[in-house]
Amino acid sequence: MTLITEPNLPDPDGFYARLLAAHKGLSPDQSQALNAELILILCNHIGDPAVIEAALALARK
Amino acid sequence: MPYDYRPYPYTPPKGLTTPEDPHKVIIVGAGPVGLAMALELANHGTASVILDDNNVVSVGSRAICWSKRSLEIFDRLGIGAKAVEKGVTWKVGRTYHRDTEVFTVDLLPEDGHKMPAFINLQQYYVEEYLIEQALANPLIDLRFKNEVIAIDQTEDTAHVSIRTPDGDYGLRAAYVLACDGARSPVRAMLGLDFEGELFEERFLIADIEMQADYPPDRRFWFAPPFHPGQSALLHKQPDNIYRIDLQLGWDADPEAEKKPEKVRPRIARLVGHDDFRLDWVSIYTFQCRRLARFVHGRTIFVGDSAHLVSPFGARGGNAGLQDVDNLGWKLAAVLQGRAAPSLLDTYETERSFATDENIRHSSQSTRFITPAEGVETAFRNAVLSLAAKAPFARKLVNSGRLSTPCTYPLNGPDDARLPAASAPGRVAPDAPQGKGWLIDRLGREMQLLAVGDVDDPDVGLPVLRPKMNDHIRARYLGDMAAATYLIRPDQVVAARWAGQPDPGTITSTITTILEGRA
Repeated sequence: MTLITEPNLPDPDGFYARLLAAHKGLSPDQSQALNAELILILCNHIGDPAVIEAALALARK
Repeated sequence: MPYDYRPYPYTPPKGLTTPEDPHKVIIVGAGPVGLAMALELANHGTASVILDDNNVVSVGSRAICWSKRSLEIFDRLGIGAKAVEKGVTWKVGRTYHRDTEVFTVDLLPEDGHKMPAFINLQQYYVEEYLIEQALANPLIDLRFKNEVIAIDQTEDTAHVSIRTPDGDYGLRAAYVLACDGARSPVRAMLGLDFEGELFEERFLIADIEMQADYPPDRRFWFAPPFHPGQSALLHKQPDNIYRIDLQLGWDADPEAEKKPEKVRPRIARLVGHDDFRLDWVSIYTFQCRRLARFVHGRTIFVGDSAHLVSPFGARGGNAGLQDVDNLGWKLAAVLQGRAAPSLLDTYETERSFATDENIRHSSQSTRFITPAEGVETAFRNAVLSLAAKAPFARKLVNSGRLSTPCTYPLNGPDDARLPAASAPGRVAPDAPQGKGWLIDRLGREMQLLAVGDVDDPDVGLPVLRPKMNDHIRARYLGDMAAATYLIRPDQVVAARWAGQPDPGTITSTITTILEGRA
């Protein structure tokens, strides 16, 4: 697998709204905690170290 | 009952009055590593002198978790059965977050091994048993109250200056083995420094004696109700002694925290009552550091004098014994002219590889247990919180990855169709043999293991033909009908072939090993 960087979300605006909604009412610390859990959950779902490595590199770019 | 610290007798050494002939090996330090080193060399027919500045065993339990591999090594040194009988056998590690169990590990999930995954046994017992063996061994000259004060090396000799209660004297030896611990005076005498990381964290360590019926499992807590926001570790030891480690934070005052009036309430909150005796208390910080090189001319560093790790993972004392295991047969072979001095370079490369692995594991555990503020803490807490909700996160919980022998990066012949468990570089896996064990029949000398339908190779080495059973098949054959293994004197698999190898291949592999090129 290679990292998908082309559009892959069926409803981009809906996804974005959903992400913000998940953080609604949280303090900055609580938001950081939620983000951390979310990252761990999604990385486990992906599994493939090459994809995760590419995602980390893209984020750090 | 508290341990009875009896001093061992000091005898004025001969060298005080008459110069002694050069010795083969001088070992500095009579801790577990130095004593094991002398016994291992004696097993290979090499005599040594042990010098120790003290005359009692370790004060406080210190190293308590002895791994399966260490027990196999102890067995060869004559104290395996005694250690297992006295020690608390365990193999399950339980990790809790607040009051919920989030991760459980079984460290030896399969049967068919003589030795258990771990025992807990106070370092003072291990030293007592090893001293008893050493005093009875004619190849070992154990000298208490002999403090090394200077070392001077030439091309082929080490000159050691020694202070005793009766004055100073000197000894010469072909090799000096620095087994003098974390604060190694020999390291300082050679002007050598450690490289690596110091962690800014303080832990309280205490042994308490109490009547209790706790399970033998290792138990580790992140942020338990009895010690909010910090971590705690509990181990059971013999004699109703329990080891407790409590994280205190970097700002804790080490002198104040050692006082019984501070220690007792902390422990009472963990055990739920005040009915215990404090046996030993210490405050420690930890480091993951090493010498860049372990061999310096005629001086070789072994154990904590060469490398230090944090205690989570039991990778200190156990790594020291693996150093002994690796060096003993090589040094004996070099001194007896059976191998080139370059064989000692492989002690450096192999144990350096193991050290880096131990430091990596230990640093990762330490980072998880004591995360830096900010994102490290956020991810650590996210893992702990997720562990209660999703199985995958339990694998990320790291309260210490416990010591197992590394796989040395050897380049001897291999056949990947044979099982991974017995690949070159790994300790030959144990298996039952009737009423005995395979591990008891391996080691001390280079030998061949002929498994299944294969002829005995005739290359002048002893050939062991194990009785076939399911464990031998699973660990040495897999789907193959026959295999031949070359086993080093430290019970490490050097090379292996499916079926019958050409005798010339075996011979050239042995030559490669003894020349230090493997």
